[in-house]
Amino acid sequence: MEVKYAKTKGLTDKPLTYCPGCTHGIVHKLVAEALDELGLLGEAVGIASVGCSVFSYEFFNCDMQQAPHGRACAEATGIKRVRPDLTVFTYQGDGDLASIGIAETIHAANRGENITVIFINNAIYGMTGGQMAPTTLIGQRTTTSQGGRTLAQHGNPIKISEIFAQIEGVAYLERVATFNPKQVLNAKKAIKKAFTYQKEKRGFTMIEVLSTCPVNWGMTPIDALEWVKTSMTPIYPLGLFKDKGDFHE
Amino acid sequence: MPKGKTTFAYEKCKGCLLCVAVCPQKILYQDMTTLNRAGYNIIKVSEPDKCIGCAFCAIMCPDSVITVGVEK
Repeated sequence: MEVKYAKTKGLTDKPLTYCPGCTHGIVHKLVAEALDELGLLGEAVGIASVGCSVFSYEFFNCDMQQAPHGRACAEATGIKRVRPDLTVFTYQGDGDLASIGIAETIHAANRGENITVIFINNAIYGMTGGQMAPTTLIGQRTTTSQGGRTLAQHGNPIKISEIFAQIEGVAYLERVATFNPKQVLNAKKAIKKAFTYQKEKRGFTMIEVLSTCPVNWGMTPIDALEWVKTSMTPIYPLGLFKDKGDFHE
Repeated sequence: MPKGKTTFAYEKCKGCLLCVAVCPQKILYQDMTTLNRAGYNIIKVSEPDKCIGCAFCAIMCPDSVITVGVEK
């Protein structure tokens, strides 16, 4: 009997603190597998953000640092500039990256900082109790948009990948999802590519992962995956947004 | 058909049923009579002989509960 799939060395044995069926766990696994398979575990530094993923420093089996809310890219910049030999990544949700931390993230991208950003987009603030996020869809009910988000009052959901694709310093940018095994494997390929680009000093790399929040969406985990497929992907189309060659050299 | 074998780290299972939903052989089910220490009903295999070792369940498991082996 040959082992085809087992828990990766890139994760610690601590049980994840996420709700049942939350795809944070899947993305954690993918990042850890990618680092392990590329042999980068010993030299990786992750930056944990604020949000549900605030404890991710407990789960990744590499060096981790916890950033103040939204400042993960600023911290990653500092670490990468002092130790350019390390592989530096941030793991941020939509509240952290698209809301409070959008300035840090956009400027890090514009400077072409040689870091990798894993951006989890689940269209809601998970940790604080399901409030409306900048990425919440029109019509989506949250605790702060109880009649559903409206265009007149709240504006359109922000499309981070579309915005970042225009920025010169971005070397690689792809939007992926985790709603079925095929998409999960695709996401892993994208994450691996981002880390490879960072090793080749090509510039800023970002992977946006459409994720679920079953508890705050008020759905079962299976319905939540279906909702990503049917409601989120038309607004946030999957695919490659940017793939640029060498930037620094 | 290749033959597979799944093993579960039951104590980490949160009973989210993502593995049950993606299993192409439909051989996974939630055992409503067995709880783990965290209080979740755990997942079991109804017909282990039918497992083809595709590892879809393990790929979708957010808590890395499942290990899949394949007979060569």
